Amino acid sequence: MELLYAMTLGVLTTCGVYLLLRARTFTVILGLTLLSHAVNLYLFASGRLVAGAPAIVGLTDRSADPLPQALVLTAIVIGFAMTAFVVVLALKAAVELRNDHVDGENPDEDRL
Amino acid sequence: MNHALILPILLPLITGASLLLLYRLPFGVQRLVGLASTLGLVGLGAWALVAAGGGEYRLYHAGDWPAPFGIVLILDRLSALMLALTALLGLACLLYASRGIDRRGAHFHALFQFQLAGLNGAFLTGDLFNLFVFFEILLIASYALLLHGGGRARSRAGLHYVIINLVGSALFLIALGTLYGLTGTLNMADLALEVAAAPPGDAPLLAAASMVLLVVFGIKAAILPLLFWLPRAYSASSAPVAALFAIMTKVGIYAILRVFLLVFGLGEAPVNAAAWQWLWPLALLTLALGGVGVLGSDSLRTLTAYLVIISVGTLLATLSLVTPATLGAALFYLIHSTGMAAAFFLLADLLGQQREEGYDRFSVEAPMGHRALLGGLFFLAAIAAVGLPPFGGFVSKVWILQASADEPRGLWLWALLLAAALLTLIAVSRTGSRWFWRPGPATAPRPLDRGCLAVVCALVALNGVLAALGEPVMGYLALTAEQLLTPEAYIAAMLPETLALAPEVSP
Repeated sequence: MELLYAMTLGVLTTCGVYLLLRARTFTVILGLTLLSHAVNLYLFASGRLVAGAPAIVGLTDRSADPLPQALVLTAIVIGFAMTAFVVVLALKAAVELRNDHVDGENPDEDRL
Repeated sequence: MNHALILPILLPLITGASLLLLYRLPFGVQRLVGLASTLGLVGLGAWALVAAGGGEYRLYHAGDWPAPFGIVLILDRLSALMLALTALLGLACLLYASRGIDRRGAHFHALFQFQLAGLNGAFLTGDLFNLFVFFEILLIASYALLLHGGGRARSRAGLHYVIINLVGSALFLIALGTLYGLTGTLNMADLALEVAAAPPGDAPLLAAASMVLLVVFGIKAAILPLLFWLPRAYSASSAPVAALFAIMTKVGIYAILRVFLLVFGLGEAPVNAAAWQWLWPLALLTLALGGVGVLGSDSLRTLTAYLVIISVGTLLATLSLVTPATLGAALFYLIHSTGMAAAFFLLADLLGQQREEGYDRFSVEAPMGHRALLGGLFFLAAIAAVGLPPFGGFVSKVWILQASADEPRGLWLWALLLAAALLTLIAVSRTGSRWFWRPGPATAPRPLDRGCLAVVCALVALNGVLAALGEPVMGYLALTAEQLLTPEAYIAAMLPETLALAPEVSP
């Protein structure tokens, strides 16, 4: 399980960073989303991966660490709100600047 | 339990939320509510300064959960200082905005209160994850404030600002996950003990986590490779918002101080040594770049943004020498530079409105109304910003130079600090002569807003007061520096039992 988890994290982070470095706002936002997924999974794993154990002390012999679950919930909520905000901002910028380049203008295209 | 300590967070939070709900109220009432809350914060800031002045720590356990399990707020001299500074700056910016700029978009006052709540929370919290949450609160409020008023330049600058800060948040969480995975706690005092007692095998991972945190705080503080978002964002936002943002880079510096002096500062081979080694050259380069940027700016707002960068470079270079004298000097400079950057952003707007064309651009030569009055004000503000007597900047720079003279490498700081001051002096005197001397008097001067003028005058005068009160302020700051350099006292206040159980951990 650890290997699969680590590989998922690696793939998500790699794709996220690659997309983040693109020049169009839409791909950048996709990259941010993938990166925040990777970060959430990473945060979740910081309490160690245990299967079949509830996050309540005393129910069974083993229990999962509840704190990373609470942290990741907070991080998901914040990340979701931020993604929504940046999507709206990108749309606003695309309408106002008449293109979706992250710098507001594409140096390779002739300006009108 | 005394609940006063959570008021600096609750008061603006509740005010902001009720302003959102009651958005149909007449605009004047909204302004008054916002101003009343900010005035309350000034009072709370003064209370905090007095309460922390004795040197004891004040704690607030949310829900009465004991540390390190619950959420803890902690007030020491540094937090009190930052609270008071934020409140005063917020009041000045809000008064300026209330002269009309707050009408240019929706919900200005609510956003402003949320921003203050996030700032105060970041200064008070004793928990690293809470610091992340308050960072997000102040950031999301700042995204909206930056875009307030609309316009193409703001959308463009806002996109960069938002995306780089979102990446910063992701890195912050990675560092937190690593620290929690290694130590099993996020309470700063508990974390300091765990980090000091960590097995040697964990040292590389701890060092990596500390470096990721340094990058995150470096983005907030705008240190050299991570500062290119700042000039555009600050010069695109409206004047009162840019003036409030003068404290935002200081939040990054506060976080660096708090985390690297406390969490990574204990043990035989403290993790923070590497951080200071990186900070010193980067801060000096930031300072140099700020000096060049000031000279090459094309508008007064961009020039002020580079003044902010100079102040960040000076502060971090002074801090990374880590002696009691340099810490105290740096904190004095922090107060001075925050106030002057805010005053300059507001002044740029005040002057820009009086110019017949070009707003605050240097390339346009245009007559200016009320030349004598505004010219005099600009002259005084420029003297204060460059750091010439009789203003607070002079005292702070002399103290920095004196404190760093004892260190062999302090010579670098001397050279760059004085060179940057000279470049600033050239840039502002060029601005002054171009704007006030060369063009003739304005044919039909626009009416000058007395409220705005009074706010800028008050900020410049406060800088003078800072110099006049130099001695007591310096005494307070010297004690603050001493408190910062004894993290054991912080830990003892936060975790009275733990320290008694494990006395061998403290160095």
